[in-house]
Amino acid sequence: MGSATVKIVGVDEQGNLEWYLLEPADARVEQQVERFLARAGEAGAGNPAAVPTPVPLVATGYGRKLVRQASGVVTEITCHAKGVFRELQQGGTLVDIGGQDSKVISIGTHGEVLDFAMNDKCAAGTGRFLENAARRLDLPLERLGPVALASAEEVTLSSTCTVFAESEVVSLLAHGVPVEPIVRGLHRSLIKRVVAMIRSVGLRRPLMLSGGVVQNPAIVRLLQEETGEEILLPHHPQLMGAYGAALVALESGNSGRFTGGKE
Amino acid sequence: MKAREKAEYYLNARVLGPALLRGQRWAAEARARGASPWASSHLAPPLSISPRLKELVARHWLEGRYANVSRRVAWVTSGAPVEFLKALDFFVLYPENHGAICGTARCAVDLATFAEEAGYSRDICSYARTDLGSLISGRTPVGRLPRPDLLLACTNICQTVLFWYWVLANHFRVPLIVIDTPFVYREEASPHSLDYVRRQIEEAIPVAERVAGKVLNPARFDRVGQLSREACFLWLEILERNRHEPAPITAFDEFVHMAPIVEMRGEAFTVDFYAAMLEEVDRRIARGISAVRPERRRLLWDNLPIWYRLRYLAEQLAERGVAIVASTYTNAWGELAPLMDPDHPLESMVRAYTYPVLNRGTGHKLSTMERMIRDYHLDGVILHSDRSCKPYSIGQMDQRDQLVGAMRTPALLLEADHNDSRCFSEEQVSNRLAAFLEMLGV
Repeated sequence: MGSATVKIVGVDEQGNLEWYLLEPADARVEQQVERFLARAGEAGAGNPAAVPTPVPLVATGYGRKLVRQASGVVTEITCHAKGVFRELQQGGTLVDIGGQDSKVISIGTHGEVLDFAMNDKCAAGTGRFLENAARRLDLPLERLGPVALASAEEVTLSSTCTVFAESEVVSLLAHGVPVEPIVRGLHRSLIKRVVAMIRSVGLRRPLMLSGGVVQNPAIVRLLQEETGEEILLPHHPQLMGAYGAALVALESGNSGRFTGGKE
Repeated sequence: MKAREKAEYYLNARVLGPALLRGQRWAAEARARGASPWASSHLAPPLSISPRLKELVARHWLEGRYANVSRRVAWVTSGAPVEFLKALDFFVLYPENHGAICGTARCAVDLATFAEEAGYSRDICSYARTDLGSLISGRTPVGRLPRPDLLLACTNICQTVLFWYWVLANHFRVPLIVIDTPFVYREEASPHSLDYVRRQIEEAIPVAERVAGKVLNPARFDRVGQLSREACFLWLEILERNRHEPAPITAFDEFVHMAPIVEMRGEAFTVDFYAAMLEEVDRRIARGISAVRPERRRLLWDNLPIWYRLRYLAEQLAERGVAIVASTYTNAWGELAPLMDPDHPLESMVRAYTYPVLNRGTGHKLSTMERMIRDYHLDGVILHSDRSCKPYSIGQMDQRDQLVGAMRTPALLLEADHNDSRCFSEEQVSNRLAAFLEMLGV
């Protein structure tokens, strides 16, 4: 249950990612999950490794405690670490930039969570920051990255707040500043906030990314510039939380023991 | 002092009131032999000394209600050198403690709103806002607060008290004694700092004598100092019993049961109270009674408690077998006990009131936490970043880095406030706490 989108991931007995579904988050949590499970059932019917019923389901993220169908709940810190570790097969520092929140997780060599920091207070280091700006600039989200990268120039934004940055963008446009440098500057602002969060946890190489926002090529490029670090991305950056939860469900099913809390 | 008022005071505060409270205690003790009141079966039943604690606290505030009739009243800060006031028979009241009661009673925000509407900033300590709000509105959950005849503020806990007590002094038009304790940046306070503090205490005594209308009796002063010291040593022993695995009590028990050491220090009944509490703790250890069962992880709590969510936190943690067995906050009233020397009462008082943890550098708090982690075999630390208490919260980010890095001890920063529930986001707190507990493997 992400801040902006909800995903469901199914894994096979070996823990490989088999299928997934993604939708914008709906406040009517239970109904959305029912819909997902119905569609998952359809997806599984055509699949040789059929989805067993009832599906062992672990929920993570905001509103996870509202998922009645879940046999257990685990925080997204544990799930993201698990998902990314399984995909990239190494420890390091994971930065997850979601729709409305962001987090940094320090992962050990055996996939264990060593430390974490959550930005659950301010939208300025999250996807919402770019989304607001995109709307103001009348650009589709997918175009933001390419537009930023296409610009040689960059405008430095002074506003730290998502809402006030929007006003600043309007003001810059009114003064005739071209769109491309503004967009690059917006990306730079977001990245600087992310870098500050990485520093608060401490960098443990390599740097890894997850979250819907990292599908934006400019985010990856600018983060590389700011940190000077090599950056690893999983195949499905937006699914890592759900994938991790599926792995937890698989583990608890196999061992008969559940490590998370059922709330 | 009119005869009728005196009679009323005597009857209510000395006869009927205490009898009623004693009866309530007996009833509570009888009830306690029944089922545990906790929602979680992972928490041991409350301490059997709890009804006695409630009785002592209620009696204190009952006394306060009528105190103006027969005694001189002093309002003091929690770190103030209170012994000479007690020896002069002042009724001593702690606005901070009153604030904590408002916090646990969940009326602190309502009271603070009066202060905020009068113009006091929300950035000011929530204890100060609660107290000033109570002053402005005339409301309090303890019935009635006695007017002070004297105010005593000691800066060893923070600078906010200076301004807070100036407001009180202006409002009540009574003398304000300020004991300015210079900050201790390194290991030792400088000799001239200690000399400065000693002279301020010496100069404070005649002021208090004038207000009290009597002269300080040296023998009584010594006796009060001795009782203070005894109580602090007993408190320290109780805290140190938690080195035992599993711990017999939690820090939440300690937060509640620290009222006498803070506000009734120097009384004989306080010494008796902690002696009885220590016996009960030892009985728990002998019978293998664990505060949290099973005890899977042991944590340290840094900073003030979150007064309006004690039970919620205790139960959330107990559900996962996590016991908070130590706290830098409760430790603050025990760690100074060894500094109190009965042969040199004034000198040792000077040291005891210069060296509280909040008057010392952040490096000292870090090394205190490191020592507690070793001594109590702790698995992690919860750093409560208290929005109100800047001196306690400053440096927590660096302390966290050191704990996680050099000490290899997991440490969680939880942002909230000790009294202002508007600064507590339940979803954020429970999410961070849950992630931290998963990280600890429970």
